[in-house]
Formats: sequence, structure tokens, C-alpha cells
Amino acid sequence: MHDVSAAHHAPPTSFIRKHVFSLDHKVIGKQYYALALAAVLIGMVLSWIMRLHLGWGSYAIPGLHLLSQNGAPGNVMTPEFYLQLMTMHATIMVFFVLTTAPFAAFGNYFLPIQVGAEDMPFPHFNMMSFWVTFVAFLVLVSSFFVGDGPTLGGWTQYAPLSAVGAVAGPGQGLGVVLWAASIGIFCIGQLLGSLNFITTTLDMRTRGMSLWRLPLSAWAWFITSVMGLTAFAVLMPACILLILDHLAGTSFFIPGNLVINDQLQPHSGGSTLLWQHLFWFFGHPEVYIAIVPGMGIVSHVLIANMRKPMLSHRALIYSMGALAVLSYMVYGHHMFLSGMNPVSSLAFSFPTLIITIPSTVIVLIWLGSLYGAKLRINSASLFGLGFVSMFISGGVSGFFLAQPSVDIMLHATYFVVGHFHMVMGVAAMFGIFAGTYFWFPKMVGRMMNETLGKIHFWLSFVGTYAIFMPFHYLGLAGNVRRYQAFVTDSMKPLIPVHQFITVAALITGAAQLIFLFNLVHSRFWGEPASDNPWQATSLEWSTPTTPPPHNNFGDTLPTVYHDPYQYGVESSVGDYVMQASPEKVKTINEEA
Amino acid sequence: MATTIQQPPKVEERRESIRPVGNSGGGGPRNLVPAEGDLRRVKDHAPPPASTGIWVVLASITMTFAAFTSALIVRQGGSTDWKHLTLPPILYLNTLLLLASSITLEVARRRVGAYMTGPRDQTAPPSRWLYITLCLGLLFVAGQYVAWLQLRAQGLFLATNPNSSFFYVLTGIHALHVSGGLGGLARVVRRLNKSVLRKSTLDATARYWHFMGGLWVYLLLLLWMKL
Repeated sequence: MHDVSAAHHAPPTSFIRKHVFSLDHKVIGKQYYALALAAVLIGMVLSWIMRLHLGWGSYAIPGLHLLSQNGAPGNVMTPEFYLQLMTMHATIMVFFVLTTAPFAAFGNYFLPIQVGAEDMPFPHFNMMSFWVTFVAFLVLVSSFFVGDGPTLGGWTQYAPLSAVGAVAGPGQGLGVVLWAASIGIFCIGQLLGSLNFITTTLDMRTRGMSLWRLPLSAWAWFITSVMGLTAFAVLMPACILLILDHLAGTSFFIPGNLVINDQLQPHSGGSTLLWQHLFWFFGHPEVYIAIVPGMGIVSHVLIANMRKPMLSHRALIYSMGALAVLSYMVYGHHMFLSGMNPVSSLAFSFPTLIITIPSTVIVLIWLGSLYGAKLRINSASLFGLGFVSMFISGGVSGFFLAQPSVDIMLHATYFVVGHFHMVMGVAAMFGIFAGTYFWFPKMVGRMMNETLGKIHFWLSFVGTYAIFMPFHYLGLAGNVRRYQAFVTDSMKPLIPVHQFITVAALITGAAQLIFLFNLVHSRFWGEPASDNPWQATSLEWSTPTTPPPHNNFGDTLPTVYHDPYQYGVESSVGDYVMQASPEKVKTINEEA
Repeated sequence: MATTIQQPPKVEERRESIRPVGNSGGGGPRNLVPAEGDLRRVKDHAPPPASTGIWVVLASITMTFAAFTSALIVRQGGSTDWKHLTLPPILYLNTLLLLASSITLEVARRRVGAYMTGPRDQTAPPSRWLYITLCLGLLFVAGQYVAWLQLRAQGLFLATNPNSSFFYVLTGIHALHVSGGLGGLARVVRRLNKSVLRKSTLDATARYWHFMGGLWVYLLLLLWMKL
């Protein structure tokens, strides 16, 4: 362990230290955001290509051959290439968007400010964390351009087909090695990040900032970093063993007497279930790593717009903590169909049903707090509401999937695809949007365009429901997932539904260009933002300048006098009092 | 002779000595500042991040080796190709070296601690025991390499059977972590000689080093029982 540097470091002078290898948590946060933005654009285009193929399989997509040498003869996708695109879409989205944006990007930028610190305690590790993640991204994307393309094994990379090498199909040789290397490197980056997040929360809080006075977003990042620390530390060994099976001829995951493509594999005794255990021990917490920061961000955003605190600050925090703890006990519910002992299925089903309790508590707190609130409607709060809506709609289908007897029928269908896209993908995405519209003024000093933001919200909100709700019906109708064409009599009648989804996906995707335009346009020509445009209370709105100076708070760090969400009070500034304000206030209720 | 006398490192007693400008880290569950701003009961001191950080690092290393352990147990469980492997005897010598290095590091830590709090006109900083620790650590890594050579001589390579696979993987990853600790120790020596060492850095490095020793004893027992 290196005590690399104290949080205090002088402002950089050279261009490289300022913008490239920066030690400033704010720059690193923006770098993570930019990386996530690049990744989400790639991931979205990949999904468009897949959707086009699913809707109109025989039509050529111009330029498709540029992405793959053999995967698109005459610009028509081969089944293998479809799986390659699917794998890359999922890997890019899960790791480089849903993990980096809500957790690493916003967390890096705002966690130190919200706790009242100058920076994270280990800035060099923080810088490494970003650049390591960046390298991981390059390694992953490079697999498009080497050998026979990226791996087609799905983001879960189930053994033994992920471990035996090129004999299992295009991309299963070098493609898997690059995939596993990329994810292994990514783990290192996230471990370094988690180290900083945890120490920042525990050790860097300013005077008066007790743990219970941390805003919900800071709590969410802290809980997420604890999950990340344990989950990524398990995924990394799994990746190492997978690479060894490829490159060193070991048999960790490959059983004996395995014949693939008429070739007997020179391995013996490996355990295919072992990979699944290691992977899902990471994989399920990963779902919460993606969604818990969104919960924190959305709570933070909604409270500022409701002008009153949540019904119970502590219940919300305890529930997020319960999600984190339970997330390790439920991972087997991904394996109901994988040959695991049925008794284990039962053992994993029970905590899976229990985990709906903290989720429901969180949702009820949101709804109960929203009830009767005079909500300010703006892009940030709309996306906050969208998050709540998506989380409920996607979460409800989880009740069904948690039961092995139901899951056996639905697991390999689009029902599951609809479930996780809504509850984890779109919900987390809406959390990112809510955070962006809310914090953009602080990050760049300019406001985003509200009209464009609202158009963006409504198109995205209606669009994502149009895409992912039909998935559930497809699944109930028996439409299998991971297939590139639907040729049986039972599935042919479902193709028009796929065509509808494809059109919806293209329109919703195009709507994201509005967001992109808004982001770039507002960055340069947006209305200048004041220090506290939302009349919010937490410390990020108390910085002396906007964006905050290099050391966040100028010469003296703030002292915290109040709980994080003191809205609905009477103070000299209005209906709220900032955490750093020594003013004594009384609540409006008290007065009445 | 001002040129030969080095300034002893600063004693780290209060947070202020670490952060010239900042006053971060005053929080704590019971340190609520009352709304009228009475700061009297606020404890303006939190542990230096290195002390917390090292536990975070050790937790993640523990998880990693727990994953490897469970992999070993699952892999052994249903397999028919598990072949007993006699551990190279040099491992026991290596174990002694690593445990001895923990003792020498403790001696070093006490000497440096006494040096830091002692009078300011002392001569050279007590880095001798740190060098001894470094040497023992290097010998351990070299000894592990010899163990690998001995296994190779028996015809047991990484892919020969699952037992040898796990042997190379577990010892290799552990040796990597020990090498990281050696880097940390080298850094401590350099900072001590330049009189910029913090006690918390030394303590954190020592904790990591002792953990590596404990981890190795655990791994040795695991390998001895399972392989």
C-alpha cells in the first residue's frame, strides 16, 4: 500500500497534467464521463445493427462488412457475427457505460465535494484507475479488428465454449483472450477506484459531516464501492484462469472427453459450473453496482425538486445497504437452468424473493415522498421520475423470474431481456441523464437547454417503453433470445413485433442525438449558471466558484451544520438551508 | 557538521501536519455540529487515509484468494484427474524467511518510531533493519522461483495436471503481491532516507507485509492439504 500523496496537491500548470494525466478528481470524473459517452454511442450503434437484422434479416446494411471481414458477406449478417455484436454490445454497456458513468464519473466528480474534501486521498491511484479503464476499453474494442473478430460467447462467457479456443467459433480464440484481458484490466481500475471512494467517505469528511449527514448520492457511491471492491476482486481471478485455459493449456473450466466440431479437446476434469459460480458471484452484485448509484443520484435530484426530504433518509440508506449484502446471496438465480442442483436453486430463490423487500421499501419511500410534493418539473426531475417508473416496471417482472419453476420457462426468452434492460439498463441510463441535467451547471458552469431536455425525456421515456415492454410479450409467446433469425412456425408470426421494436429503437436512439447536441451546445453556448441554480443544500453547491476551483472550496474547507436535505424551512435565502450555513432555522411545520 | 546530520522526519500526531491547507476528515458518527454552530465538541482528527486504505486493499486481496480457494475446492470436487503432488521442500525454508522478515520489519518499525519521536539531532535514520527485511523478502521470491524450477525438474508444468496448475497460479499470484510489498518497502526506505517518511506509510506497509506472511502460511496449508 502506498500512501501516494495526501489530498492536497498544487494546481497543475502543464497541459498534460491538467487535461490528460490529471490528478484532479473533477477532471478524472469528466474523463470517465467522456469514456462512457464514447462507449454508449458504440454500444447503441451495435444494438441498432442487431435490431435491423432482427426486423429485416435478409436486407443488406450498407458498410457492415467494414466491421467484420467474414461476418457480413454482401453486408448481410451471419449468425456468428450477430452473436459477436450481441456480446460486444452487452460487454460495452455493462462495464464501460453502466459501471463507469453513474459510479466512476459522477462519483469521482462529486463524492469528494459532497463530503467536503479537497480531493480523493490517493490521486495517483485515481488517475491510474481511469487510464487503466481506458486501456481496458481499447483492448476490448481492438478485438473487432484482429483475428476473426470479437468473441461471440455472450457477456457471461460460459465455459467450456469460452475456454476451448478457436475451435468453438469465430472470435473464441484471440477474441476471448482479449475480452478476458480487457475485463481483468477493468477490474484493476475499479478496485483502485473503490479504494479511493471508500477512504474518501470514511476519512476525508469535513468538520461536522457525520456519516448520517452525507447526501444519499454519497451513500450510494460508498455502498457501491464496497460492492465493487468485493465483486471485481473475484472476477479478476476468474479472468486469469480463463486466460490460462486459453494460453497455457490448463483445464480449469474444460471437462474431459469434450468433443467440439468433431474434435476431441485435449483437456480433462475441468468444471464448467466453476466459471458460472465465479462469474455470477461478481455478476449479480454488478447489477447493483449499476443501479445503486442511480438510486442515490435520483433521490438526490428528486429531493431538491420536491423541496422536502425523503420520508426516511435512514431507511433508504439501510435498504441500499441491504441490497448490497443480499446481492451476494442471490447470484445463483442466474443459474437455475445451468445444471446446478435443484436444491441450490431453492436456496438461491429464497433470498432473491427477500431482496425485493429492500427494493420495495426504496420504491415506496420514493412514491410516498413524491405524494403531495410540489415537484418542480425540469429535465432532471423528469428523468428522476422516469428512473422510478422504469425501476418499478422492470422490477415487477423480477418477482416472476425469481421462482425457479417460472424461470425455467422464461429464462431463455425475451422476457428476461426485457426485464434486465428495463431494471438495470434503462433505469441506470435515466439515472445518468438525471445526474447530467442536474449537475451539468456545476461541472461546466453553464445551464443545459431545458426545452431540448424535456423533448429528450419524453422521446426516451415513451421510446424505451415501446422497445422493452413488447420484449415481455415476446418472451411469454416463447420467443427465444440470442437467436439471429426466427424461422420456426411458432416464431414467424412474432416478426412484426420485432419490426415495431426496431423502429422504436431507431427513433429512441436518434432522440439521444438531441441529448448529445444539447450537451455540446450547452457546454459552449449555454446560459451561464449561478453557483446554486437549483437552490439545493449539499456541499457541491457551496463551492466558491462554478465550476469549483482546483481545491474545491478555496482556502478553507466548509464546516457542516445541517442534515443534508433541509428543505421546507424558513431561512434568509428561502425555503432551504445549505449544509455549510451556520444559520439556525426552524421548519415551516414547526411554525404552523 | 550540518551536511551529515539529517533532519528527522516530522512526527505525525495531528491531521494538520499532513495537510498543510486542508482540514478534511473531522467527521465521525458522534461529531455532529449543532445547528447553532458550537464547534467545541468536534474532534478534528480522523485516521490518515493510508491506515483505512490498507484495510481496503487487504479486503480485496482476501476476496481474490477466497475466489482462488473456492475454485480449487470446486475443481477438486468432481474431478478424476486430481493427482497428489509433493511440495518442494524449499517452500518450508521460504516460509521461515518470510516469517523472519515480518519480525525484522517489526524491529525496524519500532526503531523508526523511536527515531521519529526522539531528539532532532540524531545521525543517520535507522534503515538497517528495513534493508534486512528487503533482503529476506527478495530471498523469499527467489526461493519461490527455485521451487518452481524443482517442480519443472519433476516434469510438472503449469498444464500438467490441475494440482500443478493451482500450485503455479497460487504461488505466482502470491509472489506478485509480495513483489508489490517489496516495492512498498523500497519506497519506505527511500522516503526514510530523504526524511519525508510518514509513520502512517510505514505502518500501512508493515500491515501489508505481515498480511503477505499470514496469507502465505494459509496458502501453504491449503497446498499441503489439497494438492
